[in-house]
Amino acid sequence: MPETMEKTPAPPVKLTIKDFQSDQDVRWCPGCGDYSILAQVQRVLPEFGHKKEDYVMVSGIGCSSRFPYYVDTFGIHGIHGRATAIASGVKMANPALHVWVSTGDGDGLSIGGNHMIHMLRRNLDIKVILFNNQIYGLTKGQYSPTSVLGQITKSTPTGVIDPPFIPVSLALGAGATLVARSMDRDPKHLQEMVRRADKHHGSAFLEIYQNCNVFNDGAFFLYTEKETRDDHVVYLEHGKPLVFGKQREKGIRLNGFTPEAVNITDGKYSLNDLLVHNEQDSTLAFILANMIHNPELPRAMGVFLSLEHPTYEEGMRGQIAKAKSKKGEGNLQKLLDGDETWIIE
Amino acid sequence: MAKTIKTLEDVTIRFAGDSGDGMQLTGTQFTNTVAVLGADLSTLPDYPAEIRAPAGTTYGVSGYQIHFGSTDILTPGDTCDVLVAMNPAALVTNLKMLRDGGIIIVNEDSFTEKNFKMAGLDSNPLENASLSRFTVHQIGISKLTSNALADMNLSTKFVDKTKNFFALGIMYWLYNRPLDISERFIQEKFGTKDPQIAEANLRVLKAGYNYGETTEIFTTRYDVKPAKLPPGKYRNIMGNTATALGLVAASKKAGLQLFLGSYPITPASDILHELSRLKEYDVKTFQAEDEIAAICASIGASYAGALAATTTSGPGLALKTEALGLAIMLELPLVVIDVQRGGPSTGLPTKTEQADLLQAVQGRNGEAPLCVLSASTPADCFMAAYEAARIAIKYMTPVICLTDGYLGNGAEPWKIPTEEDLPDISVSFAKDPATFMPYSRDEKTLSRPWAIPGTPGLEHRIGGLEKQHITGNISYDPENHDFMVKMRAAKIERIVNDIPLQEVEGNAEGDLLIVGWGSTYGSIKSAISGARARGLSVSHAHLRYLNPLPKNLGEILYKFKHVLVPEINNGQLVKLLRSKYLVPAVGFNMIKGLPLRSEEIESAIDSILGGNNA
Repeated sequence: MPETMEKTPAPPVKLTIKDFQSDQDVRWCPGCGDYSILAQVQRVLPEFGHKKEDYVMVSGIGCSSRFPYYVDTFGIHGIHGRATAIASGVKMANPALHVWVSTGDGDGLSIGGNHMIHMLRRNLDIKVILFNNQIYGLTKGQYSPTSVLGQITKSTPTGVIDPPFIPVSLALGAGATLVARSMDRDPKHLQEMVRRADKHHGSAFLEIYQNCNVFNDGAFFLYTEKETRDDHVVYLEHGKPLVFGKQREKGIRLNGFTPEAVNITDGKYSLNDLLVHNEQDSTLAFILANMIHNPELPRAMGVFLSLEHPTYEEGMRGQIAKAKSKKGEGNLQKLLDGDETWIIE
Repeated sequence: MAKTIKTLEDVTIRFAGDSGDGMQLTGTQFTNTVAVLGADLSTLPDYPAEIRAPAGTTYGVSGYQIHFGSTDILTPGDTCDVLVAMNPAALVTNLKMLRDGGIIIVNEDSFTEKNFKMAGLDSNPLENASLSRFTVHQIGISKLTSNALADMNLSTKFVDKTKNFFALGIMYWLYNRPLDISERFIQEKFGTKDPQIAEANLRVLKAGYNYGETTEIFTTRYDVKPAKLPPGKYRNIMGNTATALGLVAASKKAGLQLFLGSYPITPASDILHELSRLKEYDVKTFQAEDEIAAICASIGASYAGALAATTTSGPGLALKTEALGLAIMLELPLVVIDVQRGGPSTGLPTKTEQADLLQAVQGRNGEAPLCVLSASTPADCFMAAYEAARIAIKYMTPVICLTDGYLGNGAEPWKIPTEEDLPDISVSFAKDPATFMPYSRDEKTLSRPWAIPGTPGLEHRIGGLEKQHITGNISYDPENHDFMVKMRAAKIERIVNDIPLQEVEGNAEGDLLIVGWGSTYGSIKSAISGARARGLSVSHAHLRYLNPLPKNLGEILYKFKHVLVPEINNGQLVKLLRSKYLVPAVGFNMIKGLPLRSEEIESAIDSILGGNNA
């Protein structure tokens, strides 16, 4: 009986962007990067062919966590930091559902850091999109665990003194099987990353650089704006060398385990010397994630790692199936009776 | 020398030894055998928080008390008749539990200078007058055990570990109980895995039994006849097991899968252990990263249509507080089991207490009412958990079910219900998009529809922000908030129509009413029967439902001159009763980490009624 709630895969369903727009007014600040993220997600959801009623959007607290209200699917706006835990329960109870989590750098990495790493470690088939704006927006401008050293915020008037998390490194360290990064101001790339998250079998972690134009305007402009993007962003593509620059004249090569930026037009290095991306190489994924520590290097965007591992809910269902095949469907009366009984006449 | 058999109405035995001596196993084995022979019984495991405290120390002593008899057994016994002490520390720490004239059985091999020092003794208590009030049997249990296994080539360490079965064997002989139930247990536990271990344990058990038979140390054997319990099929059950079975039974009756999100915590972990073995019953257990994730995953599972539960103890309930508020706001069914222990903070993890009542009833931010109920005996944990699930589903609300360490680890005979006996639990998920509104309400129960993901056309969002009546949309409207706060309270209040009226044991009016809740049931009942036997007018109302309280409770209270509320806390139910009913109820409060003793309650009765409990 219980498992009857779970559906078998159905033929693709034809839906449009309108099907995913709820009747609620969107209440983010004008100019917020969240609008783009919402639009890109709504744009690609119809492509996936899943039934609308099989989606569950889960969030915690923060600007990013208003996301479920604006997507016309099932959704829970939970409590601060706990979205991944709530989502885990939804997915375990009914693995046929498509469960997405929208969270932010405060919600997902500060108060919810513990739940985040454990959900990723378990490899539940849940897609996490983490809006990283390096600030607490909803509480009006305190620093977050991704704020940079020295950043002046309401709660750090003389500058941040604790080093930030690198969300991608954290997710890799936690054992996420799909780890990616994108930007609010690069709609095409963002759409592609959302697609990759949907296609992935297992937990997906997508960090999105998102501009908070009120409390931390321009935090990522170096990477997101046309004038500077080409020289400061390298797009990761599986099986392809890491090339960047306005004229695509630069690339990343490995010197031992250390990545370095080189010019491939001045004769010393060529395309053949460059690092070729491999999404299945977890060592490489860590190296690429750590490029962030070297200001000389561009910021990597794309899929850092994509691995195929069994999911937690598959393990759970497998054990139940095994128990049933070994012991038969549980008989309640037998359970109540236990091993040793006696009769009183 | 011929041995006489003396029949006893009831007897209390206390096994005590090092926490590594296997006293809990010995006690449990003795209990199972006693139970199957049809005696009524009540047990009290009493063990330290340290898993293996240094051997020989007083703080490392682990005890297990069983009270069994052919009469109605209500408590594990205020004192014991027999003390089995495996070392000097066990003797020293448990002697105060032994009644005058009681029997002591000691392992004399452990009475060494080193162990006297560890137990803080200056001299050998077996050789001075300190035990003159008791009958002492000194038995070289360690040596006799090692002799029994002499030809088996086992390590000294292993041999020493089996000595508890020698003591068990002696007790089986002394109380005329058969060995077969423990023999079966040993075979099942070790038989196929390690035949040598099985063989060793069986031998030692028999050696202990034969020792009783052949030596002249015991001149009398004792027998306890089966109790006159109501007819039916019985088993022995521990409270935590009963709780687990109650949840499974509710899920089966509701036709839902059972989801348990939990984080290990003493003394609640056994419920998680129990349920994690029941996968063929569609039970999904999730050991979360912390207490918060445990309840949050359960909330998610409930949203997705499972019967969801989370099990914990006091500190864990504190951590779940915010999520409980969410479940109240989301109006989703959720069963929270709190196996209470001594607090505050880490407190006394392995000891019992009833001090989470106010936390359960009131301990949340905002106006956050929910249903709270309690179990009164180990076997009653079954129906308490079942009832919690029934109410949670019917009223779309979290329900906290309070048990405690004594109930969770204690055991008693349980008249096994049949599936058909159990109250109906019906579930109807919302299906119709044309009429569906997330926060519309059933006229009778005021509960909202349960609309699970995967249902076409019912896509909707819920969350912790205040809901607009009917639509469930976010609403900051002042009138709506006032309305919704009162609506949530009214919904919980409606549960009174669905629970039985409070019953009174004894006269419906009189001098004194004792109001209790939870695990104090047996102690109170036994104290009252003592007081009544002395001609005092005392009645007993024991509450299962703590929020809402039964609707006739006020009328009951007003019919008595005095109201006494014994609790293992500093006065929590008494506070609720005084504030709700404006009665001058008084508390009787002992917070020692142990069940209340009936004689103490009887003294409290006397101090109110002016009787003389001498």
